[in-house]
Amino acid sequence: MNRLIVSPSPHDKNHMKTPEIMFNVCMALIPAFAVGCYIFGWRSLLLTAVCIGSCVLFEFLCRKVMKRENTIGDLSAVVTGFILALNLPVTLPLWIAVIGSFVAIVIVKQLFGGLGQNFANPAVTARIVLMISFPSAMTHWVSPFYWRNPDAVTSATPLALGEGDELPLYLDLFLGNVGGCMGETCALALLIGGIYLGARKIINLAAPVSFIGSLALFSFIAGDDPLYQILAGGVFLGAFFMATDYATTPITTKGKIVFGLGCGIITFIIRHFGSFPEGVSFSILLMNILTTYIEQITRTKVFGAREAEKNEK
Amino acid sequence: MKKLNGIKLKHRKNTENSETVSMPVPAKIKLPMSMHMGAPCIPLVKTGDMVKVGQKIGDSDASFSVPIHSGISGKVIAVSDYQTAMGTVCKAVEIESDGKGEISEEVKKPFVADKQSFIKAIRESGLCGLGGAGFPTHIKLNPKTPVDTLIINAAECEPYITADYREMLENTEDVLNGIELVKNRLDIKNVKIAVEANKPEAIRKFDELVKDDNTVETVTLPPSYPQGAEKVIIYNSTGRIVKEGQLPSDVGVIVLNISTVAFIYRYIQTGMPLMTRRITVDGNAVDKPKNIFAVIGTPVIDVLDFCKTDIDAVKKIISGGPMMGMSIPDLKMPITKTTNALLAFKAYHEHRISACIRCGRCVNVCPLGLMPAEIDKAYKIKNIDDLKALKVNLCMNCGSCTYVCPANRKLAETNQLAKSLIPRK
Repeated sequence: MNRLIVSPSPHDKNHMKTPEIMFNVCMALIPAFAVGCYIFGWRSLLLTAVCIGSCVLFEFLCRKVMKRENTIGDLSAVVTGFILALNLPVTLPLWIAVIGSFVAIVIVKQLFGGLGQNFANPAVTARIVLMISFPSAMTHWVSPFYWRNPDAVTSATPLALGEGDELPLYLDLFLGNVGGCMGETCALALLIGGIYLGARKIINLAAPVSFIGSLALFSFIAGDDPLYQILAGGVFLGAFFMATDYATTPITTKGKIVFGLGCGIITFIIRHFGSFPEGVSFSILLMNILTTYIEQITRTKVFGAREAEKNEK
Repeated sequence: MKKLNGIKLKHRKNTENSETVSMPVPAKIKLPMSMHMGAPCIPLVKTGDMVKVGQKIGDSDASFSVPIHSGISGKVIAVSDYQTAMGTVCKAVEIESDGKGEISEEVKKPFVADKQSFIKAIRESGLCGLGGAGFPTHIKLNPKTPVDTLIINAAECEPYITADYREMLENTEDVLNGIELVKNRLDIKNVKIAVEANKPEAIRKFDELVKDDNTVETVTLPPSYPQGAEKVIIYNSTGRIVKEGQLPSDVGVIVLNISTVAFIYRYIQTGMPLMTRRITVDGNAVDKPKNIFAVIGTPVIDVLDFCKTDIDAVKKIISGGPMMGMSIPDLKMPITKTTNALLAFKAYHEHRISACIRCGRCVNVCPLGLMPAEIDKAYKIKNIDDLKALKVNLCMNCGSCTYVCPANRKLAETNQLAKSLIPRK
């Protein structure tokens, strides 16, 4: 007689699994990565390989040490390494990048329980840790295409330009022809990746839209150039790939809108009033911390539910 | 009107064009005394008794229960304990056919003069909801609050199943006459025949037939799962919301499955109780998927054999649809009053469960707006207050959350387990 399999319903499954989601995020990062390689040269490739390799290695070792199931197969470490690389200046010494990977995977992710359990975005936190620990290496920007023209080595990110400096054109900002982190300069490439993820329903575009929208709005009100503010710096990278991180942002669309709004406002405040030129990473980290609280007030409304009775103790 | 969430499933209605064929009378049937929702029946026969077709072999004193009739004539060979697919234990009566097919003298056209005798007749017919849940129909037809709308559930939103669809096409008149009967007996003003958009032929046919009747209309439901869930179908066809703790009749609605309503008419005409039913037999282990009429109590293996199934290759059998149906542990188990489909599969891949990545897909698909990911977390730490606040008690186990979960978490199952943690008042 047959041994029949008995299991609870449902007996059918969708085919989109965690590794496939992660793989799609990597796909969506490819345009930005490709543009980064083109603008900042071969070292982009090396830096990315080191970040991804070290992230996967740290994930593997960490799980081993903790005697937990090996999880490198879910590709989440690859995504973290990839995003981290895009958040670093291309000239960064590789050992610093490895420290970044350590912070991201071991401290931020695995010590809090691994995939889905971390309260802060690993790549964002790693970027901030590196920025504070190695400020000069982390702000050593090279000019676009410096590899063709070795004379023009240093440049400033568009947001660090002072009074009187010549501002880059919108088109250059949009296409990424400016100084900055390896993967953050080309808004177009990031937009393509973001729209791809949105179209495949892997990310909800509520957070990026409210992030970018609120930053533009507040910049406009404060008299800054809104278009310049959203195109310069890491806004697109942050909005599409880090403010949409599943683990560290609210789960409901309502919550995601609040999250994006908060990011936009904090980025604006840091840029407008603060002494740091860039505020995207800080805004995302701060909002990550608030995520639990946002979630508490943005739960879904259950169809047909009665409110809890007042006298219920 | 707010749109309820749903998921897009492959419809896989492979048998939609297969006209129903009758299975030959089985050599043996087994009738569990609990095929309906409510109190199990007590066997009225004992081993050695001879029974005839249509003879009542089990009944209960409880009103929330329906009697059980034999679909074959022959000899009772055993009355024994039986574990249902739900896991509960009840008595079951086993009958061996004598091949005569003699009809019992108990079978006669019921006398119906008013609502009370109508309801009484329905109970005697052994009818319970044929869509799958098995709710006693006479209870539904006797609501405590006034009802103005009758919804005929013809959503059939589960993949594979086409039994209700075939009922609509093959027994159209029975459906319409059944509606007329219920409408008149219960003094109902509006009837809505709610059909999912993936059955355009049925919608066309009924539209044509009811166009002169201003009390009956068809409603086209969006082609997403689960349209057939009671709260969902009521909301999508009338806009009324059945609140927590309420019954459909509290908002003036009765929902009847389309095959159920057609059966009501046939019973009132002939007095033949519920002894056979239409079943969709499908799945990749079944060589000739089709719709069949089978005697209730026929062993699953006989049905699969009839549809040319490679029995040795079968790894999984589902009674019902793939989303809410139940796994059958044993090929010798009988089909019951609520078996609307029998799906046999050659392989079943149990996916490895991994960590929740908080993607929110479960939240986005829940038709009721529950948050399965949060419930999963609260269940893990047995936080009963939070489970209550998350309204897990409203989960109807449609399975959409488990279906979409990229981490293969058994969210629907967790919801059912979580429900049991909440103390009942």
